Amino acid sequence: MTNHSQHNLLHAYLDDELDLVRSMELEDHLVECGDCAHEVASYRALRERVWTDNLRYQAPASFRLRLLKEIREQENSDKQKVSVRARLPWWSWVVAAACLLLAATTFVLDFQQHRERNLMSEIVADHVRSLMAAHLTDVLNSDQHTVKPWFTGKLDFGPEVRDLSSDNFDLLGGRLEYIDGHGAAAIVYLRHEHVVNVFMWPSPGSDQEPQIMARQGFNLIEWKQAGMYYCAVSDLNQEELSELSATLRR
Amino acid sequence: MGPSADSGAKMARFEAVVLPHFDAAYNLARWMTRSASDAEDVTQEAMLRAFRFFDTFRGENGRVWLLTIVRNTCLTWIRRHLPQQNSAEFDERLHTDLQASPTPESEYLRQATAEQVRRAIEHLPPEFREVVLMRDLEQLSYKEIATVTQSPLGTVMSRISRARSMLRKLIAAERRSEVKQHD
Repeated sequence: MTNHSQHNLLHAYLDDELDLVRSMELEDHLVECGDCAHEVASYRALRERVWTDNLRYQAPASFRLRLLKEIREQENSDKQKVSVRARLPWWSWVVAAACLLLAATTFVLDFQQHRERNLMSEIVADHVRSLMAAHLTDVLNSDQHTVKPWFTGKLDFGPEVRDLSSDNFDLLGGRLEYIDGHGAAAIVYLRHEHVVNVFMWPSPGSDQEPQIMARQGFNLIEWKQAGMYYCAVSDLNQEELSELSATLRR
Repeated sequence: MGPSADSGAKMARFEAVVLPHFDAAYNLARWMTRSASDAEDVTQEAMLRAFRFFDTFRGENGRVWLLTIVRNTCLTWIRRHLPQQNSAEFDERLHTDLQASPTPESEYLRQATAEQVRRAIEHLPPEFREVVLMRDLEQLSYKEIATVTQSPLGTVMSRISRARSMLRKLIAAERRSEVKQHD
């Protein structure tokens, strides 16, 4: 190869896109032709600059969360468009009716309660959705040392992830959520086929003792500890759910 | 197994095949729109479109498939919002007297700051900027770039060659304008 006007080939050579024979021909040419050798060196330096200058842009975690939520919403509305009846199991109507009833009830209550109840029903709705949409976990792993680091860079806090298998709660994984206008971690545990979602996010203020509630046939238990808000939700009975909160607060 | 199981499976498959390339999608949109908020709009539109058309995905390369959608969304956005995007800026920069400088371009390349390299890439016309990003930041092969840009391999090869030659000149121009400011 003696035609050094074929500039494109220099780049293909640099990018490892030439076959063996052509590469060897080009290398022979580079030995003889100082101009081309200089060009290759210069473009190699350019390519390395672009690569090593860390010029990639990172999407903000909040955007990532918003987008995930958006996609899930679209998924839900897609489902309903095709056939609401075919896609939803019978009990989802009960849940929907309960939601409506709850919304109606909420309306007449005072504002503070209104907000709290909204949060609770948002948490319950999230829990239900996690069971329905085959989207229980973003990271499916029973190892706390895999689940916890998975959240790094996706949330602006480190969620509490514990191995509770000795207390008969098996760690299933974790999931990103967007609740009450901010990013939240959902850690998923399993006890005798009952799924427990433990939602958590930073919340300033003093610690609060666990409070047990029931909403739409689910039990919830919320508490605050060390600047974090926690809410566990499940169809487990209240005693077993209290056991989980006691274990997590230890 | 009813239809609800199918759509759950769709979401799970989308998360496994497409979502891992979310960062690459955002990066491309961010570079092509040159704005953080526009990049979010474009990425969101592209991701939702990808989800909607995920049924047409035939198990090819998920990254190439997603980037094709992102790139098309970016081009539509550029055509609508920046019809004359930077071809003019570029010409102006290239017509500054290149020959007059005694310093070789590769020397400028060594001295340039990361910020100057970034600005130089931003000043590349879109069709050249995208191949530099896909090749040098995303490490796509020529064949993959040809798929994403829906162009023949030969076109990809000559675009990369031209893009790098422009980029080298632009970095030199960035350097020189800094040196002049200091004089």
